[in-house]
Amino acid sequence: MSEWRLYEVFVRSKHGLNHKHVGSVHASDAEMAMENARDLYTRRSEGVSIWVVPSDTITASTSDEKEVLFDPSEDKIYRHASFYELPDEVGHM
Amino acid sequence: MYAQLVETGAKRLKTLEEMSPEEREFQEKVDAETKIEPKNWMPEGYRKTLVRQISQHAHSEVVGMLPEGNWVTRAPTLKRKLQLMAKIQDEAGHGLYLYSAMETLGADRDEEIEKLHQGKAKYSSIFNYPTLNWADMGAVGWLVDGAAIVNQVVLQRTSYGPYSRAMVRICKEESFHQRQGYQILLDMMREGTEEQKAMVQDAINRLWWPALMMFGPHDDESPNSQQSLAWKIKRKSNDELRQMFIDQTIPQLEFLGCTAPDPDLKWNEETGHYDFGEINWQEFYDVLNGNGPCNRERINTRKKAIDEGAWVREAAVAYAKKQKQRAQEAA
Repeated sequence: MSEWRLYEVFVRSKHGLNHKHVGSVHASDAEMAMENARDLYTRRSEGVSIWVVPSDTITASTSDEKEVLFDPSEDKIYRHASFYELPDEVGHM
Repeated sequence: MYAQLVETGAKRLKTLEEMSPEEREFQEKVDAETKIEPKNWMPEGYRKTLVRQISQHAHSEVVGMLPEGNWVTRAPTLKRKLQLMAKIQDEAGHGLYLYSAMETLGADRDEEIEKLHQGKAKYSSIFNYPTLNWADMGAVGWLVDGAAIVNQVVLQRTSYGPYSRAMVRICKEESFHQRQGYQILLDMMREGTEEQKAMVQDAINRLWWPALMMFGPHDDESPNSQQSLAWKIKRKSNDELRQMFIDQTIPQLEFLGCTAPDPDLKWNEETGHYDFGEINWQEFYDVLNGNGPCNRERINTRKKAIDEGAWVREAAVAYAKKQKQRAQEAA
């Protein structure tokens, strides 16, 4: 089975929602990956749409990059609505 | 427990002071209940222990299909046959979720399966017992899946993210297994002939102790258990889980109108738990080490399935190559 490529599986649980990662399957091609994903991850109407993506085509951030990528947003508190205080008289905004 | 004896490589627990800075950071993360993900740094022992535990767990799901497969062609009605096949398909699915989780640790599925076939990897001792009558399908669903649920519900909180998520998915599906098993027994006890009722008691007599063995050995003085608990791979000790299982199962047993083959089993008013007799540990280790009633048959069946299916897998690869080539030529 090592010869079979690994695919990541994403399922849209119902219309209007995002596809969400649910796991992975091995398959000889994309068509088989789709069939395997259907059998493995949607046996009890868990979804209305499936994506299968070859795992080796995904570029992921690493934990070493966490600071570089995510820390800069920590000191930009003015990006949040709660940063702007308004008088009570203005009401809900 | 589907993984009964997992070697951690630990002789005793390290204190925080004895750990390297990386190890300490890791342990503090685990202590703070932050899930460990595949790309995070982890001690080699943690990784190896997880590969052993998750592969044992996966092998158990896969071998666990065999005792039930025995009854697909013998199920008493079409309804029961469909239910049994749905349950067996779930077990295959559970095996696959777990192999996937294991692969995120860098382990190779084929290699781990090869270890199973060579007798180097373990799987739950329970699946080395034969399923002799139809009531066994009920007792397996109720007791064996019941014991697995007790273990797996707790494992949803295990520290390794992919394992934890596989457990959540498995637990959602598992309660159907237990309920369908109990219903088989209930039907036989309510509407069955005397002979059929006797089959239910016989199934319980044979599977009771093996089901209790699923939780593994006593945890006192086990460095493996302590290390697994410290890493939060395991969340409760074997004995705690076994007691939980017994406490919740006895009322169900009484409702059936059956008994357990344990003269020492009785309610203890003081502790608020059931007391029960000692497990035959010699039998446990014999079965775990390959000498149970069905060990050889189970492994041979698995090997045969893999070997005889080889041409299908090869054909699939050849087909995929051909399709790819044709698509390139057309482009």
